Amino acid sequence: MSIPLPVFIAVPLVTAFLLPVFSSLGRKGKAVATVLANFVTVSLLVMAVASIGQFRVYEVGKWSIPLGINLVLDGLSSLLLLAISVVSAAAMLFSARYMEQYTAKAKYLCLFLLMVAGMNGVVLSGDIFNLFVFLEIASIASYALVGFGCEHEELEASFKYMVLGSIGSIFVLFAVALVYGNTGSLNMAYISKAIQGSGLNAGLSFAMALFVVGFGLKAALVPFHAWLPDAHPSAPAPISAMLSGILIKTLGIYALARVVFNVFGVSVSMGWLLVVLGLLSMVAGAFLAIGQEDFKRLLAYSSISQIGYVVLGLGLGGLIIARDGNVAWASLAILGGLFHLVNHAVYKSLLFLTSGSVQMSTGTRQLKQMGGLAEKLPFTRATCTVASASIVGIPPFSGFWSKLILVIAAVQAHFYWVAAIIVFVSLCTLIMYLKVQRYVFLGELPENLQQIKENKGSMLVAMVFLACLCGLMGLLLVPALRSNILQPAVDVLTDGISYSANVIKMSMKV
Amino acid sequence: MKGMTIIVKTISSWVKVLIFLFGIYIILFGHLTPGGGFAGGVILASSYVLLMLAFGREFAEENLSLPVASKLDCVGALLFGAVALCGLLYGAAGFFWNFIHQEYLVGTDYEFNLVSAGTIPLSNIAIGLKVGASLFLVVLVLSMFRPDTSAEDSNEKE
Repeated sequence: MSIPLPVFIAVPLVTAFLLPVFSSLGRKGKAVATVLANFVTVSLLVMAVASIGQFRVYEVGKWSIPLGINLVLDGLSSLLLLAISVVSAAAMLFSARYMEQYTAKAKYLCLFLLMVAGMNGVVLSGDIFNLFVFLEIASIASYALVGFGCEHEELEASFKYMVLGSIGSIFVLFAVALVYGNTGSLNMAYISKAIQGSGLNAGLSFAMALFVVGFGLKAALVPFHAWLPDAHPSAPAPISAMLSGILIKTLGIYALARVVFNVFGVSVSMGWLLVVLGLLSMVAGAFLAIGQEDFKRLLAYSSISQIGYVVLGLGLGGLIIARDGNVAWASLAILGGLFHLVNHAVYKSLLFLTSGSVQMSTGTRQLKQMGGLAEKLPFTRATCTVASASIVGIPPFSGFWSKLILVIAAVQAHFYWVAAIIVFVSLCTLIMYLKVQRYVFLGELPENLQQIKENKGSMLVAMVFLACLCGLMGLLLVPALRSNILQPAVDVLTDGISYSANVIKMSMKV
Repeated sequence: MKGMTIIVKTISSWVKVLIFLFGIYIILFGHLTPGGGFAGGVILASSYVLLMLAFGREFAEENLSLPVASKLDCVGALLFGAVALCGLLYGAAGFFWNFIHQEYLVGTDYEFNLVSAGTIPLSNIAIGLKVGASLFLVVLVLSMFRPDTSAEDSNEKE
């Protein structure tokens, strides 16, 4: 069964505007709204699973491209769609209980679904201006969600995020305008066709630079990362999980990869730029994370470091393709990057959810004020340990496999020093998560935390769900699953600018 | 005394109706003349903003309270989504498919008729509602959060 692609965007969008109606109905209305929002995220997950392995082009309003707007579902889109829906289903389930601490729950659910709609739109859009519009929908919803607590610190973080995020969006908008001026099209397939015909001129090269800065700001790559360590810890825990888990990847990494690989085509200099940005983020993020005393802030810096791995994998792949190297090596590097992206989405959102559970029980985020919580919060401890083992890269868990692939790819392509840095940053990651285990779960239980209880119910279900995924994600490398889920996504990027020909051919059939 | 002088109040209470009517005109003729949902919505909102400037925020809120405006905002968005989804459901044609008759082009019986162009006027109405309500809300909320000192100052001047 093929699901019409706009459903992925329209269902969360329409439900989002339906939910505030329930806010005036009191307690019962709030419960109905929560159930409805959870139903939407779960059904999006089911639909995302159902649309794996398809390649489809959808023309909105039956206007054929390049006149109309089109939505494209290919391997990369369906991988991201799957990741978005897994994380959002878990975060939504978690917030059913967690958000009882806050007022205006219906508004929260509305903004949450708007963010999901925006991200699905970014992933599915085949039109670069609509990509920008959906990017703004997701960003604006996230600005509001970061400041949802309305305390001084949260509003400050939200304002900072909004200013830097808007600068990023404006860079993207200028780039879109330049691309339109130079190619006469907004459709990504036709832009790519025009570039293949006439080559890059100065305007398009400048647009490329603007895209790198704009999407780099959204992805929090190192020179542009200043907003992330404030914004991610200030948000409510499920939103931190969404932001770190998937938002920076969809708005930053996916959009950048799509534009660099499929629209403009990779060049050697662009490959090197991505490799350098990736390495910078990895090393700087890891060093900054080790020194943190705030649980969620540590996780936020660690996100910057982990994003570096993804960009490094994509950059290495792009570099090998641009040098006409062995496509199998390029494919392996990109596989490592994308696999790490999916893994990081799962374990980082789990880590943020456990930090939320700890914060809800103890009322603090400072590592030094906690201790000995292993006996009081057994499930949180267990899931947090699984996630930490994953992010550090301990064998059966997911993070190990993606890092292993990255190291193998780097060695095969004779980038020995890159492989060394990957292993070194892994060690730094080990240090920071040992620190989390040591301060939060081991050691002496402070006097004031003797009476705390663990929050069960939906929060527990969400955490256990993600912890199971952490253990099982390694199975994605089994050939049967890999050829359906990961390999199509890798092929989209390694095929590069033949994306244009594929989409145009596909839309002729429709 | 709340708001501005009697001259401003009298004039704006007349002009407000005309502005509102003009907004409705822009929305309804959006598919035939320049304008449409967004432009008309801005004009609708501006009539309420004029009311707010002349009579003070409380008076404007009595006319259109915050919860009602918020509901209208949601209804506008829902209507727009519903028009788009109807296209999808109508004979499984397509998202945003113009499923009502479309004889609006020059040379047909419906040339420049008010009721023509299929779903476009419906979308315009939905967008007008959405934009009007949300712009009004933006100005209302901004006026609520002005610092207390400046509020006292402006009252003293009157």
